[in-house]
Amino acid sequence: MMARGPKIQIQRVAKSFGAPGRAMPALEEIDLDVAEREFVCLLGPSGCGKSTLLNIVAGFLVPTTGTVLVDGRPVSGPAPERGVVFQEYALFPWLTVTGNVEFGPLLQSRPAADRRRTVDRYLDLVGLSAHADKFPVQLSGGMKQRVAIARALANNPAVILMDEPFGALDAQTREVLQDELSRIQRVEHKTILFVTHSIREAVYLADRVVVMTSVPGRIKQVFPIKLPEVRDRFAHEFTRYESDITRVLREEVAKVRA
Amino acid sequence: MAQFLSSVPELMDAGLRGSRLPRGRALALRLAAIVAFLVLWSLLSGAVVVLKLFNPIFLPGPWLVLGSVLDMAVRGPLWIHLAATLERVAMGFGAGAALGVALGLAAGHLTPVRNVVEPLVEVLRPIPPLALLPMFIVWVGIGEASKIGFITYATFFPIFLTTVTGVRQIDPLLVRAAQSLGARGVALFTRVILPAALPDILTGLRLGVALAFFVIVISEFIGAEHGLGYLINDGRNFFLVPQMLGAAVVLGLLGYAGNGLVRLLERRLTRWQHPA
Amino acid sequence: MNAAATRAAALLGALALWAAVAHGNAWLGVVNPVLLPTPGEVGRVGLELAWSGELTRHFLTSLGRVAQGFGLASLAALGLGLLVAMCVPLRLMAEPVIEFVRPIPPLAFLPMFLVWFGLGEASKIAFIGYTTFFPMFVAIAASVLRVDVVLLRAAASLGASRADLVRRVVLPAALPGIVVALRVGVGLALFVIVGAEFMGADAGLGHLIMEGRTFFNPAQIVMGALTLGLLGSLINTLLLTVERRLLRWRAAA
Ligand SMILES: Nc1ncnc2c1ncn2[C@@H]1O[C@H](COP(=O)(O)OP(=O)(O)OP(=O)(O)O)[C@@H](O)[C@H]1O
Ligand SMILES: [Mg+2]
Repeated sequence: MMARGPKIQIQRVAKSFGAPGRAMPALEEIDLDVAEREFVCLLGPSGCGKSTLLNIVAGFLVPTTGTVLVDGRPVSGPAPERGVVFQEYALFPWLTVTGNVEFGPLLQSRPAADRRRTVDRYLDLVGLSAHADKFPVQLSGGMKQRVAIARALANNPAVILMDEPFGALDAQTREVLQDELSRIQRVEHKTILFVTHSIREAVYLADRVVVMTSVPGRIKQVFPIKLPEVRDRFAHEFTRYESDITRVLREEVAKVRA
Repeated sequence: MAQFLSSVPELMDAGLRGSRLPRGRALALRLAAIVAFLVLWSLLSGAVVVLKLFNPIFLPGPWLVLGSVLDMAVRGPLWIHLAATLERVAMGFGAGAALGVALGLAAGHLTPVRNVVEPLVEVLRPIPPLALLPMFIVWVGIGEASKIGFITYATFFPIFLTTVTGVRQIDPLLVRAAQSLGARGVALFTRVILPAALPDILTGLRLGVALAFFVIVISEFIGAEHGLGYLINDGRNFFLVPQMLGAAVVLGLLGYAGNGLVRLLERRLTRWQHPA
Repeated sequence: MNAAATRAAALLGALALWAAVAHGNAWLGVVNPVLLPTPGEVGRVGLELAWSGELTRHFLTSLGRVAQGFGLASLAALGLGLLVAMCVPLRLMAEPVIEFVRPIPPLAFLPMFLVWFGLGEASKIAFIGYTTFFPMFVAIAASVLRVDVVLLRAAASLGASRADLVRRVVLPAALPGIVVALRVGVGLALFVIVGAEFMGADAGLGHLIMEGRTFFNPAQIVMGALTLGLLGSLINTLLLTVERRLLRWRAAA
């Protein structure tokens, strides 16, 4: 077997917005590799280009320069190999929970029995089997985000991109979902790129935390998190990582204010 | 075909609206569209003449229409008809607006008034106003009164309904807050209820203006000696198609101006809704 | 329940008021009683017309014209609304032309249609089609353009092609706006069919009403107007029911 390269390769990616001549740079020279099955968290001050970077990897935006490779092939648009979980859930309001989870398999014309099995499995995984026939308007924020995660997983993507998926949830629900995501990752082994504002969340979930500079975003520092798979938010090591990252991030946030 | 439609990557970036085109290109496209419309129209009417498809009086080119409008303007009759239509619309709409707003405010604010007026409105509203035009003619004859009265009747409904909605959807907290600050009676009405309902009232007025121009045409078709509607129907009797189209375009300009006026009023009166 | 009772009471109240005014006038003779027909007189005219089959004929004629004109216009509005929303240059070109034509009250073109299409069915159907097309087209295009880009992105990242996006995201997402547009279109069609039937028609509820004026029979005018109102209410109720079933997801209890 060939030695495999990184799953995601972000190569000298830069992005500016606006008409040529008056373009404002949002991202500058990002180089980042994500290994297969790795969980990488992006942290950075608000407006530094985290979403922009994620949207480029997802294929929603075209970078001004540079390329993104997934499995060595350049990204040229969205594809089912890269699942996305949005902060605003983005559930299809006219489909039930089942209909939303089934959406990807349906597009691939998988047979009905097969789809049923997939839906059952992932609804069970996120603990929503009892709500299969509800419409999104009938769900709480936490439930909606669970559906969104199940929908992304049901398509069996190798890569999952998540942009502040728990940002709109209350603190308790947030921790419950972090636990669930960490448990799911131990079963599913996806390659995950995850944007968050919460340092605690990043240290709890990530194999590596990437801290970005204020706008235009560059990579400031990378923290490998060497903690056991199942983490304790109150362990001494855990809080050490937290305070280290906080210190680095604070410098950048201060620049935004200045 | 397929390559003219937005591609999936294009849709991802800015959705169906598409990314903003540069100003110059957007303007060029708009002008090109108007020019293309006029050219196509001219070519069609020209083709009718050249190929002898049918009698060319049925499809005059845009220059003939413009010529007929200019001719009527220079000779003077255009202004007489324009004034007649404008006067009817202004009077009918003015009365309809006054009645609609006054009754709407009363019905929105006072439950007993609402209980009396709303059922009547609910019964009459599904009937297309045009169906009652002959009734107005039978009642008050074919003169000015029936035309103005009919516009008043037609414009009353949207204005009344939006005013009632506007008053009823005022946040009760707002009224309570004003009352606790000492506002009551007339002051409460003029300082809180009227301003809070104003955006909806103005929407109703805009609908009313459009409707007034909508219905004046037909009441001028039926027994009138002046007015743009008369001009159109007169053109029909004598196959003066340029006159018909020209009068229609003038009506369109009037409707456009009327809408613009209410919008201007809207912008001045409800500046608090979108500051700066 | 309660709302229905209130509405029924209101209807009865309005009927009673009408009866009181009309009978009072007949008694006191304030105006010529012919001008103010009583509910009974209108009912009698209605029954006579129904008995002879005339009412059904006029009713079906109007309904047929509305159905054909509105049907054609709604198909065109749906197709072109989607097309214009999917093609940015086409939209930029369509906008100014529509802004030019739209402020002209459609009834101003009614005589044009009579000149172009003659006095027969074609002119009425074409006129209703023309009248209802523009507002429906504009509303449908606007509701398609409002579709949230995040939903398109979500679907595409699940593997949707452009055709999938249109069929499975754009259409369902725009459906509420489309239904409202169709409801406005039907209302408008019923509004203008009357006008079209005033001008040279030999059947239809508008013609029935005009006949009432020609033969100085106000009871027949009121009869025709009420039938039209009833038709409008029925169609509206029907559409609202369809809408509620179709859009269950919006306010699922
Ligand atoms: N479509 C756009 N047009 C113009 N500028 C944009 C656009 N999208 C993003 N930007 C700009 O690019 C920069 C990065 O935006 P981005 O949304 O990626 O930030 P972010 O790091 O995700 O912020 P947050 O943490 O608040 O979500 C910002 O300065 C923003 O103003
Ligand atoms: Mg963001």
